[in-house]
Amino acid sequence: METWVQWMWLIPVLPMVAAGVSGLLPRTARGWSAGLSIGSLALSFVLSVISFAAVWQSGGERHLYGFRWFQFGPGAFGTLWLSWVLDPLSASMLVMVSGVGLLIFIYSLGYMAHDANFTRFFCFLSLFAGAMLGLVMSNSLVGLFMCWELVGLASYLLIGFWFQKPAAAAAAKKAFITTRVGDLVFFLGLVWLFGNSGTQLFYDNGSGCLEAATLNALVQQKVWWDWSLSQVIGLLLFAGAVGKSGQLPLHVWLPDAMEGPTPVSALIHAATMVAAGVFLMARVYPLLVAGPEGVVQPVLMVMAWVGGLTAVFAAAVAVAQDDIKRILAYSTISQLGYMMLGLATGGVAVGVFHLLTHACFKALLFLGAGSVIHACSEEQNIWRLGGLRRWMPVTYVTYGVGMLALTGFPVLFSGFWSKEAILHATHAWPVSAGPFWLGLAGVFLTAFYMTRQMVLVFGGTPRGNVTSGSIHESPPVMTVPLIVLASLSVVTGFVGTPAWPWLQGFLEGQQAILDWSRLFGADVWGLAAISCAAVFLGMGVGLVLYRRIAAEGVIQRDPLEQLPAGLCPALRKKFWVDEAYQHSVVPALAWLAYWCDRMDRWVWAGLMRLAACVTLVVARLSQNVDEAVVNAGFDRACEGLRLQGGRLSLWQNGQVQRYLAFVGAAMAILVSLWWWGGNR
Amino acid sequence: MSPLTGYLVLSAALFATGLAGVLTRRNAIAVLIGVELMLNAANLNFVAFWRYGAGGPDAAGLVFVLFTIAVAAAEAAVGLALVIAVYRHYRTAHVDEVKRLRG
Repeated sequence: METWVQWMWLIPVLPMVAAGVSGLLPRTARGWSAGLSIGSLALSFVLSVISFAAVWQSGGERHLYGFRWFQFGPGAFGTLWLSWVLDPLSASMLVMVSGVGLLIFIYSLGYMAHDANFTRFFCFLSLFAGAMLGLVMSNSLVGLFMCWELVGLASYLLIGFWFQKPAAAAAAKKAFITTRVGDLVFFLGLVWLFGNSGTQLFYDNGSGCLEAATLNALVQQKVWWDWSLSQVIGLLLFAGAVGKSGQLPLHVWLPDAMEGPTPVSALIHAATMVAAGVFLMARVYPLLVAGPEGVVQPVLMVMAWVGGLTAVFAAAVAVAQDDIKRILAYSTISQLGYMMLGLATGGVAVGVFHLLTHACFKALLFLGAGSVIHACSEEQNIWRLGGLRRWMPVTYVTYGVGMLALTGFPVLFSGFWSKEAILHATHAWPVSAGPFWLGLAGVFLTAFYMTRQMVLVFGGTPRGNVTSGSIHESPPVMTVPLIVLASLSVVTGFVGTPAWPWLQGFLEGQQAILDWSRLFGADVWGLAAISCAAVFLGMGVGLVLYRRIAAEGVIQRDPLEQLPAGLCPALRKKFWVDEAYQHSVVPALAWLAYWCDRMDRWVWAGLMRLAACVTLVVARLSQNVDEAVVNAGFDRACEGLRLQGGRLSLWQNGQVQRYLAFVGAAMAILVSLWWWGGNR
Repeated sequence: MSPLTGYLVLSAALFATGLAGVLTRRNAIAVLIGVELMLNAANLNFVAFWRYGAGGPDAAGLVFVLFTIAVAAAEAAVGLALVIAVYRHYRTAHVDEVKRLRG
């Protein structure tokens, strides 16, 4: 077991290596790139399943392995650790990410078959898969943050995969910058946590920052009002999750991210990366709940309200969208809101249960949408589709399964059980009944918009210019993943039913007992009846409104336009959030940038020029002194010496007699000196 | 005028004559002759001072002169050999034309 944990690094590294190799391959090496990526991820999947089995065997124990990465200063603060953890949470995330990822990789073989940059696509996908796998098993703040940024980078690269489209390039930029806002706050939280606890490791045999000793110390420190330090750090970390998981008010990037290829939307912007925020909250859950017993911590209240509002807000916006992927994008935001809500009110098990089921059925829905788009020559507007059930039976059935799972159709579908768990937890929440009603409203809206989409796309007769002749069912390489995901969307629900809460027990380290009687308890069905009523109401309204319209072969006006008092434009325009940002944050930043530019251009550049001028003047002065005084003086002295030397050299004329004459004259002078003056 | 003064005057005249010959003659042989004259002026001084000056009982002055004559003979031999070498090289024995060492 311990030796197994040591080898877990292979799980993220294999896809990373595949990405590196694919990046070096030429563009024509399509088979190599795809084979490497799929092969490495399949290996990772096998290793993940083995890890999962290992944790299961050991009864949900936590196993760690880490090593000192490098040392850049003295003591604990100067050491970077690379560490990973194998516990129920990371094991189930590993299996989910690698499994869903593998299916989507295979699906991409068919979906991207005609793309010129197939090799690059698989390179980026593998990079993403490696980073995401690294993220979920990381046991250190540094490793988590690095992988967190790497998945952000992969998301940016893949949203902008078709960067020749201006919309895609803009969407990639928007996604990157918007999540960066959250990441900045997230990073502050990490640094604060590290600085205060002195350790980067989540778990470290008692001294990690999520373990009792550190948490107690954090709870003792009050920052403001009655918020303890652990709550403030939790709030900062939550801001990172808000950015990554598209919660209000940083949700704006996620719908635009649908500009990327559909498998990317399925993998990154539905199943895995956007759930990283939820995963992060689940990972640091001990920090969030640390505090006095029996008191709901304020950060959990924030999470619950943000999640609940996001769930309803995004579901309401999804109601009035026309783009098949955009509807699913808002649906994803809404479901992420549910996960946050479940996490805040019910704990790790509730939130992560929904995360896992949602990953399956939302990936399924996106891949189904991709199949539709692929078949109907890139048409994404649901008003111009229609009647597709006749030509695409497999896509129709699997999409239907996904839709029923998403709406929470009773009993048979996984979404029902995870959504029920969240609603139960919300109902039992002692603080406020608000989130429960928000969740219930979301259930109704979800059922409505999914029915609307389903009826308009698959029901009725074809509209618009999608001719029936060109529509074809997708190849098996695309439909098989759909079928697998559809069966998973049904099956995953049964590991978390009230009768056999296996997943909850697994995540919380307890044994699950099969007890059918719990399934029929009044507390289960009392609430379930209300939520089922909401589901049926939503579906019924959807059917009534759209069935007749879908049957007619021409494009109709949306009945939503009859909603009272400007509600429809508000929904269509997504409550003008983008416009509000466009007129508040963007001008403010542009103004700031303008003034920074001015400052740079005039003030700082002026100072620089002044310094340059002063330097130039000094240099010119120095040059003149050198040339006019030092050089000239030296030159004159040299010239004089040379002249005199020349003159003296004339005496040396080679005439022996002249030399002798000098000697004689000198002799005469000496004698006369001696004679007249020297002999006193 | 004592005999010593007369000898000294004669010696000085001889020396001046030799010097004038050395400094003014163009022919190298003539220059050597001048040098011989100057040497002999010095020899005359040795003998004069030995005979009339502070000379001792021994024949120191005479011995000096004999040495000087011997050295002068050697000098004359070397000087003439040099003159012949110069003549062979420059095809002239005129000292004013031999000025390769001009600065």
